[in-house]
Amino acid sequence: MNEIVEQVNYDELIPNNVELADDRRLKRALEQWQPKFKEWWLDMGPEGFQAAQVYLRTAVGVDPKGWAKFGYVKMPDYRWGILLAPKVEGREIPFGAHKGEPAWQEVPGEYRAMLRRLIVIQGDTEPASVEQQRHLGATAPSLYDLRNLFQVNVEEGRHLWAMVYLLQKYFGRDGREEAEMLLQRRSGNADKPRILGAFNEETPDWLSFFMFTFFTDRDGKMQLESLAQSGFDPLSRSCRFMLTEEAHHMFVGETGVGRTIQRTCEAMVEAGISDPNDVEAIRALGVIDLPTIQRKVNFHFSVTLDLFGAEVSTNAANAFNAGLKARYQEIKLEDDHRLLDDTYPVLHCVDGQFVEQQEPALNALNGRLCDDYIKDCQGGIKRWNKMIAKTGVDFQIASPHKAFNRRVGVFIDAHVSPEGEILSQQEWAARESEWLASVEDGEFIHSLMQPSSGIGEYASWIAPPRVGIDGKPGDFEYVQLA
Amino acid sequence: MSGAQPKRQHLIDPEICIRCNTCEESCPIDAVTHNDDNYVVDADKCEYCLHCISPCPTGAIDNWRLVSQPYSLEEQMEWEELPPERQIEEAKTEPASEASETEAARILEVAHAGQGGSVVPPGSAAKPYINVFTRAEPAIARVMGNRRITDAGTESDVRHIVLDFGSTAFPFLEGQSIGIVPPGTDDKGRAHAIRLYSVASPRDGERTNHNNLALSVKRVVYTENGEEVRGLASNYLCDLERGAEVKVTGPFGNTFLMPDHPEANLIMICTGTGAAPFRAMTERRRRHFSNASGKLMLLFGARTPGELPYFGPLTKLPERLIDRQLVFSRVPGQDKEYVQDRMRKHADVLAEYLKDENTFVFICGLKGMEQGVDEAFAEICQNNELDWPELSTQMKAAGRYHVETY
Repeated sequence: MNEIVEQVNYDELIPNNVELADDRRLKRALEQWQPKFKEWWLDMGPEGFQAAQVYLRTAVGVDPKGWAKFGYVKMPDYRWGILLAPKVEGREIPFGAHKGEPAWQEVPGEYRAMLRRLIVIQGDTEPASVEQQRHLGATAPSLYDLRNLFQVNVEEGRHLWAMVYLLQKYFGRDGREEAEMLLQRRSGNADKPRILGAFNEETPDWLSFFMFTFFTDRDGKMQLESLAQSGFDPLSRSCRFMLTEEAHHMFVGETGVGRTIQRTCEAMVEAGISDPNDVEAIRALGVIDLPTIQRKVNFHFSVTLDLFGAEVSTNAANAFNAGLKARYQEIKLEDDHRLLDDTYPVLHCVDGQFVEQQEPALNALNGRLCDDYIKDCQGGIKRWNKMIAKTGVDFQIASPHKAFNRRVGVFIDAHVSPEGEILSQQEWAARESEWLASVEDGEFIHSLMQPSSGIGEYASWIAPPRVGIDGKPGDFEYVQLA
Repeated sequence: MSGAQPKRQHLIDPEICIRCNTCEESCPIDAVTHNDDNYVVDADKCEYCLHCISPCPTGAIDNWRLVSQPYSLEEQMEWEELPPERQIEEAKTEPASEASETEAARILEVAHAGQGGSVVPPGSAAKPYINVFTRAEPAIARVMGNRRITDAGTESDVRHIVLDFGSTAFPFLEGQSIGIVPPGTDDKGRAHAIRLYSVASPRDGERTNHNNLALSVKRVVYTENGEEVRGLASNYLCDLERGAEVKVTGPFGNTFLMPDHPEANLIMICTGTGAAPFRAMTERRRRHFSNASGKLMLLFGARTPGELPYFGPLTKLPERLIDRQLVFSRVPGQDKEYVQDRMRKHADVLAEYLKDENTFVFICGLKGMEQGVDEAFAEICQNNELDWPELSTQMKAAGRYHVETY
């Protein structure tokens, strides 16, 4: 039998700091998986731009000098790596029943299934968002935005790699099967959907993409922050490094929505329109009116809150107790980090009234993470409002009440306005279109989604960025179209 | 006022920052902190290690102000935008050092003396990294190529040396220099002095997207008191074999930088290996901005074509990219011609350029050329109703006139 074995230099192809070259078992698993990943990327990755040269950031190491290498690359040739934050010697489990014990370097047998589930859920969101966004390239408002989309996409791809590494390295055959499944599920596919509901919706337009990266990727950031504290050290280290990349996604969202708002306000001022509700006149300027942007905020904010799961949950309590998933920024909190006797206030809607109930803190971890998330969103919203105020336009963007438009958790049956007014079902139905973008809003936004692909060109509805990527100007050729 | 020395203060632009906490995470000495509104840098703690710069997703982190009194944390936390650059104006008489290693800073100070001290960089220049690597912690580069780029028969042995940095990020811009640490010690047992060489490649590498750069190095050999003297560093570099390791410091220089806006006209005047930074700038234009509206003009002097570094490749550059004026002073049977003579021949063109606020003049090469070039500009101005002393002062203040000579 003559078998031709292609010699692949995996250290070169897959930047890593996990000594991949010396780990035969892992190498074999990845050799099986990598071509399938590539196939998935070509099938389900950004449509129509696989041959373009994109000015991307590649992480080749975790030190400050190695983790952001900029250069032109074709996306299928992107070097997806396996990079973990450096090991902290003597690290201890910082919370839960095992607090103070040395962090686990191997999977603790008793928590194997729970840990695998956490990793699979996190891992599933990464390729899902690439699939959701795969058609956006065709309508990019500029080469700069196109490049940012692709940077988000390739990094979601790398986050998939990070989770697949954990599955393949630590979970044997089960892990390898789960890693395969991550490439087989498809966003929005009725037969094999992605695990979380919000990841099965297509991202229909660029404003939705920016809203998604601001609101929904921020959920990802909160989840990663919680997993970054995990007692399972390889997971903690993986998530810590992923967070540095996640920051770019937050940036794309915050500045994308901000630049949209900026352009709307500028256009209003130029045209002498002072009433933000003069929607028809504002839309005629080729920009998105602020009330529509507010409705998009309401939607993306509320559906993202659903991703946190039920506010009161024994699953979350178990994961915390087991030392697998902590609270947001656990080590910066000052308490006993076990929470056996603590309570946490959770808002409920009882008999038409909001009532705060003290729940056992362990059970209320999802509710708490959700509250931390709401607070984290405010910084960006505040910046948008400053931007509006600077132009002299009289309007404020606000995040809706946390009970608004919920499909999961304690508010599932309540009808609540963005301002927090509890309504009857009839009142809700009558006013829903004031608060959530209508089909017409969607059609209008869609009508603006004309590609703008000249160097330094920006679509009518969005302002150019204040600074470019990697110190480059706004009119840099961020994507060389093939 | 205490009359304290001006300090280069590291600041974060609150309008661009998205409060992602990455800088705070990446700072090894906890100099970055935050409140609900802003992320801020503690001027008393920051040691300019720049570890926070590349991880920042927004570029907000890369802001610097020259101040006589650093802004306090409390002040910074209140900001809604960065303060205006007023304090830089006040402090301009005490310019920021171009390199924080005194050794390299001193060399650049001498090289830039011809422009009347340090000037500001072109407004559109990218922000340079400086001093990422030091004598104590140099980057290790590997020689990937070393070939002669002057004719074999000539006295002038100039070499094109390609250094590869492997997995070590070595960020540089066109116009910056790097330091070479020659191995060994002098006869008193002290480490040899660092030598600076201008980078001859554009920022994305000698080969696009490769982590490498090229130097143009002239082998220094001369006779003193009847004995042949060989320059230590240049001979070390010129004799390097492919694969050899070299200790590199830097990059250095934060003023002699290429303007990044495509409307910029670049007048590049050089002799010998002074062409290195211009090769970098030209190549950047060629690769990424070949349709730029700004023009490139190169006035390059050498004794003969055979002694002009990169003569062959230069002659192949398309005319629409660059107005190439190669000037020779020792071609048998021809009159001696120096760059200043050629400048006078193109007085009309140069006068038009000088009237354009998008024109940037760069002079690089032997000290001896400075005066001649200056006189030629003065004469061109005089004949075209321009006031050279005033214009050159304006150009320097605007970062549009740069001299680097040795």
